[in-house]
Amino acid sequence: MLDLTYETPKPKVIAGAKHDWELVIGMEIHAQVSSNSKLFSGASTQVGAEPNSNVAFVDAAMPGMLPVINEFCIEQAVRSGLGLKAAINLRSAFDRKNYFYPDLPQGYQISQLYHPIVGEGEVLVEMGPGVARLVRVERIHLEQDAGKSIHDMDPTMSFVDFNRTGVALMEIVSRPDIRGPEEAAAYVTKLRQILRYLGTCDGNMQNGNLRADVNVSVCRPGQYEKYQATQDFAHLGTRCEIKNMNSMRFMTQAIDYEARRQIAILEDGGEIVQETRLYDPDKGETRSMRSKEEAHDYRYFPCPDLLPLEIEQAWVDQIAATMPELPDAKKARFMADFGLTDYDANVLTAELDAAGYFEAVARGRDGKQAANWVINELFGRLNKEGVSITETPVSADQLGGIVDLIASGEISGKMAKDLFEIIWSEGGTPAEVAAARGMKQVTDTGAIEAAVDEIIAANPAQVEKARANPKLAGWFVGQVIKATGGKAAPQMVNELVVKKLGL
Amino acid sequence: MSIDIDTARKVAKLARIRVEEDQLPALATELSGILGFMEQLNEVDVEGVEPMTSVTPMRLRRRADQVTDGNIQSRILKNAPDTREGFFAVPKVVE
Repeated sequence: MLDLTYETPKPKVIAGAKHDWELVIGMEIHAQVSSNSKLFSGASTQVGAEPNSNVAFVDAAMPGMLPVINEFCIEQAVRSGLGLKAAINLRSAFDRKNYFYPDLPQGYQISQLYHPIVGEGEVLVEMGPGVARLVRVERIHLEQDAGKSIHDMDPTMSFVDFNRTGVALMEIVSRPDIRGPEEAAAYVTKLRQILRYLGTCDGNMQNGNLRADVNVSVCRPGQYEKYQATQDFAHLGTRCEIKNMNSMRFMTQAIDYEARRQIAILEDGGEIVQETRLYDPDKGETRSMRSKEEAHDYRYFPCPDLLPLEIEQAWVDQIAATMPELPDAKKARFMADFGLTDYDANVLTAELDAAGYFEAVARGRDGKQAANWVINELFGRLNKEGVSITETPVSADQLGGIVDLIASGEISGKMAKDLFEIIWSEGGTPAEVAAARGMKQVTDTGAIEAAVDEIIAANPAQVEKARANPKLAGWFVGQVIKATGGKAAPQMVNELVVKKLGL
Repeated sequence: MSIDIDTARKVAKLARIRVEEDQLPALATELSGILGFMEQLNEVDVEGVEPMTSVTPMRLRRRADQVTDGNIQSRILKNAPDTREGFFAVPKVVE
């Protein structure tokens, strides 16, 4: 059904002082589950509330409080898994990951180490027309988010807010199948797009609702193929984990820096120490978080407060039956049904709202024309004004009306742009606005011919020049259109001018 | 499995329990004793027996996704040694 044949992109190669190196990247994405209340308590997940107001006694880990799981969060995890074509585990279980930090009142995070709810899946990451990397997803598990510490409000104290404590997260773990900084950013972009289509995570990276831990290692060319053949990590280099990236730009910078740092150490005869690092965007470098390292003994054990999570296949099937059309399918359909280019189809399917808008404009019309108007005029204008597609002043119906007027030849492309401006600022029905403003291109051959004759007769010198240099015919076209008050259909004028001048 | 003094020290540190150096040997011996006692369970053949997670035939209880709790800031903060403007205030922790 879907034509998803593609070529595999080349890995990023960095030339060291001694020889070439390749990058190997795996990612852990933390995606906040879109839900009203928390994973194990009835407190709200709303952002921007007063500190510590969206907190229940369960979240504050008061003695004797017990977690009760939010059914919708389970559904969201299953939906996400299905969206990544992943295996759904009908039986999963929760474990405690133990560590002390001021933003973790329980002293442990409830997570799913041993039996995650979602097993192996995949994400197709496009790197250009017909070029894509299939990144394997190892698992998705549900876990609690931690609270938030603020360090800059007081010189000696840190301030802690538990509003985010206990909000449900999906940790989406990839295999080390990503081969460069740009691929890493493209992977996050694609994953974010899928989750937003599914409605399981809003993907807001600025708020930290989607953040990535990036595992980076380097190896000599040829080693990665040995890993793929055997799945034996011994063929790969030692990795370092860059924590908490929530910007694509910084992520690519951090990966590039980290790879070069590792290469320099290795070429110098040194060894990479597996550790957690933090990217400092101001200095453009990663640095070790050694202080946290020594506490990395999480002593996982099954959470005694929660029975295993058992779900029925029938329920999974029900969720599967309500899955929306996903980005790959939508893109393929746009290309097939509307004749869009790969590029246009990518732009129009990036966001669900924009895709829906385009489809409303394109339905029953010329898809290519609709795509041009949506991408060039509408998106261009929305970007310029900083307005989102959901707040567009020109509805899909209105834009469709403009496209109809062009298609029927009633208005020229130039008039359509003016009309778009008017609809944008004043609203109205395109056909009515065009009629009221006398926007109608002249397609009457006789009238245009008369205007062409008149201009030719009045400008004998220009006629001479144009006969010598046919490129100057454009001057006549412009004059004729001007003489008709901008209403003469440009294509017809052009044809008549060429004919009359005998070019 | 026996717990040596280093392991006892590490476990105490991870649990944020202060144990004086001279108390570690006794603690290590005690912990080893407990583990030794538990190890007797390994003598039981549990081949093919599914691990039991509960003594009652219950399933994990679930709740609907509704906001039913929260908005109790003053009660949440009540036991805190120090608070500022609705936040818990703790000694500076920064990487």
